[in-house]
Amino acid sequence: MNKRSDKQIGTTSSCSRSRRGRSIAIIVGLAVILVVVFLLSVSIGRYGIDLGDLAASLGDSECDGTSFNVLFHLRGPRVVAAAAIGAMLACAGCAYQGLFRNPLVSPDLLGASAGACFGAALGILMGLSGFGMQVLAFASGVAAVSLAYGLSKKLSKAMSGVLVLVLCGLVIQNLFTAFTSAIKFMADPNSQLPEITFWLMGGLANVREDDLLWLAVPLVIGCGGMFAMRWRLNVMSCGDEEAASLGVNVKRTRLVVVACATLATSAAVSVAGMVGWVGLIIPHLARFLVGPDNRFLVPASFLLGGSFLVLVDDVCRSVYTTEIPLSILTAIIGAPLFVYLIYHSRRL
Amino acid sequence: MPTIDAFKKPVLNVNHLACGYDGRAVVTDVTFSVQAGEVLTILGPNGVGKTTLFKTLLGFMPALSGEMRLCGEDVSDWTRKRFASVVAYIPQQHNPAFPFSVSEFVLMGRTPSIGTLSTPDAHDAQIAHEALVRLGIESLSERDYTSLSGGERQMVLIARALAQQPQVLVMDEPCASLDYGNQVRLLEQVIDLTHDGLSVVMTTHDPNHAFMVGGKVFCMGRSEHFTYGAVSDVLNERTLQDLYGVEVGIAPATASDGTVVNGCIPFLGSAARREAGRGSVVEATSVSPNVHTAIATDKSNAVDKSNATDKPNDRRFRKAL
Repeated sequence: MNKRSDKQIGTTSSCSRSRRGRSIAIIVGLAVILVVVFLLSVSIGRYGIDLGDLAASLGDSECDGTSFNVLFHLRGPRVVAAAAIGAMLACAGCAYQGLFRNPLVSPDLLGASAGACFGAALGILMGLSGFGMQVLAFASGVAAVSLAYGLSKKLSKAMSGVLVLVLCGLVIQNLFTAFTSAIKFMADPNSQLPEITFWLMGGLANVREDDLLWLAVPLVIGCGGMFAMRWRLNVMSCGDEEAASLGVNVKRTRLVVVACATLATSAAVSVAGMVGWVGLIIPHLARFLVGPDNRFLVPASFLLGGSFLVLVDDVCRSVYTTEIPLSILTAIIGAPLFVYLIYHSRRL
Repeated sequence: MPTIDAFKKPVLNVNHLACGYDGRAVVTDVTFSVQAGEVLTILGPNGVGKTTLFKTLLGFMPALSGEMRLCGEDVSDWTRKRFASVVAYIPQQHNPAFPFSVSEFVLMGRTPSIGTLSTPDAHDAQIAHEALVRLGIESLSERDYTSLSGGERQMVLIARALAQQPQVLVMDEPCASLDYGNQVRLLEQVIDLTHDGLSVVMTTHDPNHAFMVGGKVFCMGRSEHFTYGAVSDVLNERTLQDLYGVEVGIAPATASDGTVVNGCIPFLGSAARREAGRGSVVEATSVSPNVHTAIATDKSNAVDKSNATDKPNDRRFRKAL
């Protein structure tokens, strides 16, 4: 290496370091935003809480019992769940978009949501309790994706199994949607049918502290796994053969990412019902901010997804006298935002 | 080049390799070897199983029988990671799903040498950058891959392969989508890399590429008629004619510095001429000292000789109009 090129290395890698620094700064900013949104969200609502007063009164013996109850048993868990669910869906969407080399993919692709919805509807039909229904929804989401994955393994002998996997996902997704319709058809039209319908529209009104524990495990394993695989996601987005030639075990990597994303999506849907758009638009918004490199995109999507769903849920619970279902608002906010991103994004 | 002699040991050995899909062989009994710093060009018409052989060489599909050795070791039980640290693949073209920057893209070449759950560090970034410098394209490093021209993209793909620090480069028709000047510049770059001791296996549809880079050639003809050897020994009119079913002439051309390189020219209308039972290749090349006159001579010959057979075609064409 001669002197001239040594000098060039210095200048150019400092340039790429600044780009990296910018992405890291944005991620830190997003984390700060999430904290601010969180604090703001626990204080707003039909019962106003002044966080400053509450913090000051915590030490006193005569602290405000109602505020305390609302904060720690109702609103707090709900806001945390909204953040976790938004983060999980956005993270799963980001991982799927990289894995399937397609920015139009959402975490519903392989049938996780359709499966979980079927499980929940079945749980309501069987008269299960909240927790029993969640377990059934989660299990059925995982089962749907496993079915799609297993089917695609049977069908594709060649290496490029992506297309077959997507097609199998489509089949399973439609099948489970049909099953859900069948359950609606069988359900009692006066009690069960409205319950199923409302549940499918999504909402966080029934979230309690126990649900947070239920969400924690899939959040840590699912999102942790996707975060750990974030460099591999970059390589996988080059296509199967190139990824293999770069030393990646394509089948195993795909299995791990699909498993992590399914865990996260099924858990999210089992608690919140069907929440569309988050897994599709948040990775786009994040890509708009930090670029396509999954090293930064995965954490950025995670944080942004959390803030987004917390804010949407704030609107759901405070704008109207009755709760507005989540999926209605995510679509109403998500659709124009998506159009805006498509219009402005050079990097799409 | 004194350095080349120091590398003279086979890096890639292929012995009686059979490859195909689902147990059905498409090609059988492929045998060749490539030494360090040597180029092997694979030539052959469409549909003889070049792609199948290629995919087997890259480990994308398992060999049906026979063996492939890298640096003396059988690769059949190698992991993808180990394979990728010795062999780098340069696809014909890369279709980007996301607009990665060139530096991010080249950094992906470091994947075989980092842990499954880790990300590249500053040392990897340095190696990736050196790969760009080696090819003289460091000015592209902050551009988006999607914004590059075809020639630039091909160079960036080579840079990614170099970042793998491999011993063998496998290139699938590296010149396929490049303009004439970029084809030549790319081949110059390939030759330059072999001087560092890299072995190159590449496919091409233009026999002239084999003449330009020299080294060895593996010709895959129909019905498993394989010819293998040094370009200067094997690649002649007969071989190419058998390979592609068209008549060609080979003649030397002299560069301004006195270097003499062979070139290959196909003769249009040769099928018709063969019907008439008259070939003029050998005459043309033996008479003419360089390629340009060979073309001139042949053109006049071809016109004279194929007049009779061309005319009916002409008439049919007009009728159709």
